[in-house]
Amino acid sequence: MKKLVILGGGTAGTLMSAKMRRALPRDEWSITIVDQDDDHVYQPGLLFIPFGMYERRDVIRSRARYVPKGVDLMLSGIDVIEPDDNRVRLADGTLLPYDFLVIATGSRIAPAELEGLTGPGWQKSIFDFYTLDGALKLHQALEDFRGGRLVLNVQEMPIKCPVAPLEFLFLADWYFHERGMRDKVELVYATPLDGAFTKPTASALLGGVMEEKGIQVETLFNAGEVDSEKRILSSWDEREIPYDLLVSIPTNMGSEAIERSDMGDELAFVPTDKHTLQAEVAPNVFVIGDATDLPSSKAGSVAHFQGGILEQNLLDAIAGRAPCADFDGHANCFVETGFGKALLIDFNYDVEPLPGRFPLAKVGPLKLLEESRMNHWGKLAFRWIYWNQLLSGRELPFVDSHMSMTGKKAPKDNPVAHVAA
Amino acid sequence: MSTATFAGVPVEVDAEGFMTNPDEWTPEIAEEIARQNGIDPLTERHWAVIDFCRRDNEAKGTPPTVRRITKQAGVPTKEMYQLFPKGPGILAAKISGLTKPKGCI
Ligand SMILES: Cc1cc2nc3c(=O)[nH]c(=O)nc-3n(C[C@H](O)[C@H](O)[C@H](O)COP(=O)(O)OP(=O)(O)OC[C@H]3O[C@@H](n4cnc5c(N)ncnc54)[C@H](O)[C@@H]3O)c2cc1C
Repeated sequence: MKKLVILGGGTAGTLMSAKMRRALPRDEWSITIVDQDDDHVYQPGLLFIPFGMYERRDVIRSRARYVPKGVDLMLSGIDVIEPDDNRVRLADGTLLPYDFLVIATGSRIAPAELEGLTGPGWQKSIFDFYTLDGALKLHQALEDFRGGRLVLNVQEMPIKCPVAPLEFLFLADWYFHERGMRDKVELVYATPLDGAFTKPTASALLGGVMEEKGIQVETLFNAGEVDSEKRILSSWDEREIPYDLLVSIPTNMGSEAIERSDMGDELAFVPTDKHTLQAEVAPNVFVIGDATDLPSSKAGSVAHFQGGILEQNLLDAIAGRAPCADFDGHANCFVETGFGKALLIDFNYDVEPLPGRFPLAKVGPLKLLEESRMNHWGKLAFRWIYWNQLLSGRELPFVDSHMSMTGKKAPKDNPVAHVAA
Repeated sequence: MSTATFAGVPVEVDAEGFMTNPDEWTPEIAEEIARQNGIDPLTERHWAVIDFCRRDNEAKGTPPTVRRITKQAGVPTKEMYQLFPKGPGILAAKISGLTKPKGCI
């Protein structure tokens, strides 16, 4: 029996296990997937928890339920990967040999990377919402908030779901409106980027939405320290931002197992071929999802698009052929803008988010780069799609792994809208 | 895309003044871009960072992040801000004749 081992049973690992179980003959290949616990969290839903729109039970399900028959789920911590010996060592010392390995260990927040963040103010006046625990505690803090300055800080790029911080602020604006206290709250966005977002057209548009909603933006802000006694966030270039409530997106890093295996870059992301998804370390190791060091977005939609590419490349590599399917960096994200509306952006390595219709030209029904109610329903429907279609590794109707220009309008002065490489 | 002249040499730059072809870069160009950005003279520590940025860009195809520079070139973050005030990653890339770091997405 040949062995395929998948590390991480989150979005990417689960969908890959389903794809590969369908693709590989059961009498020749065993598939094992490893994760540390049985709690599969629908992470896009974490955004809604602080505002009471979702609760714990809306975002958490048993992993086992989504791992298909014929795949062994092992609930155990991963200690180290030993690519030279084609095996993985689990936390309890068990050795797991493999013929092919897929790393899907995602990314995690590392709050200790910012001095003072986890000090006495942590989870009192400083919160995250990238973990379920953090999002639930932040909900309580928002309910108790009587007004003042709420600062959202992105500590360092890259982060998973780079639009989530903006969405948080848009929803906060709505939430405080609904509570009749928007005039008592100052909303501040402190980002290391030089604008609201990275890609030019979307950045200008989202910057405009920020302004409309009266959200102050502090750009090129590289946080160096938090003083939680004085409630001041300061940057390396000595700018100070006082806060009453600090919502932090701490540094995102790859899994500690990657660090222990000495297989990561300075953020513990795994060096990966940006087109084939093969790990640089060995030809029988592939990487998918947030765990890679690719310049694509770290998002569930990206893991989905990568899945189609990775399946072909794994099958090629198993058959002794050179992997030739080519990932183009395709990402597709709904951006909640508050008051029951959302935007949709669709882009890849080379083409920035553009206005237009999606997925069908003229018809849509979704509008790109434009606020609409339909997009908001799209965002909410994503939860159903996630559990019922995405995790089972099925293709989504009309949406291909490769980005399509259908329905997109390129800016006149820059017909291909290439982002300088 | 337009052309700028640094140290008497015409080079291709983007709308924000970042060189688009690292092969056109010379140490003299670095000194002039540095001066225009208020850094004069470039010290040995600046050069340690610039050398690393150029080597890393050559190997990786993208300019390094500040975190990468601090870890791999052994220059602490605090010092990076003293050497290249405000946006050290962006400024170091500019002086090193590299494209603007995208900060990923
Ligand atoms: C607030 C928020 C909002 C988001 N919104 C969106 C959105 O709207 N749209 C979108 O597409 N994406 C969104 N995302 C991003 C999306 O959730 C992730 O990109 C996606 O889940 C990545 O999948 P993954 O499989 O790579 O990682 P994960 O799903 O995180 O899975 C990694 C798994 O590896 C396991 N693991 C790691 N290390 C070990 C170890 N040492 N031992 C054992 N197990 C280990 C973990 O337990 C985890 O289950 C959002 C994320 C957040 C936090």
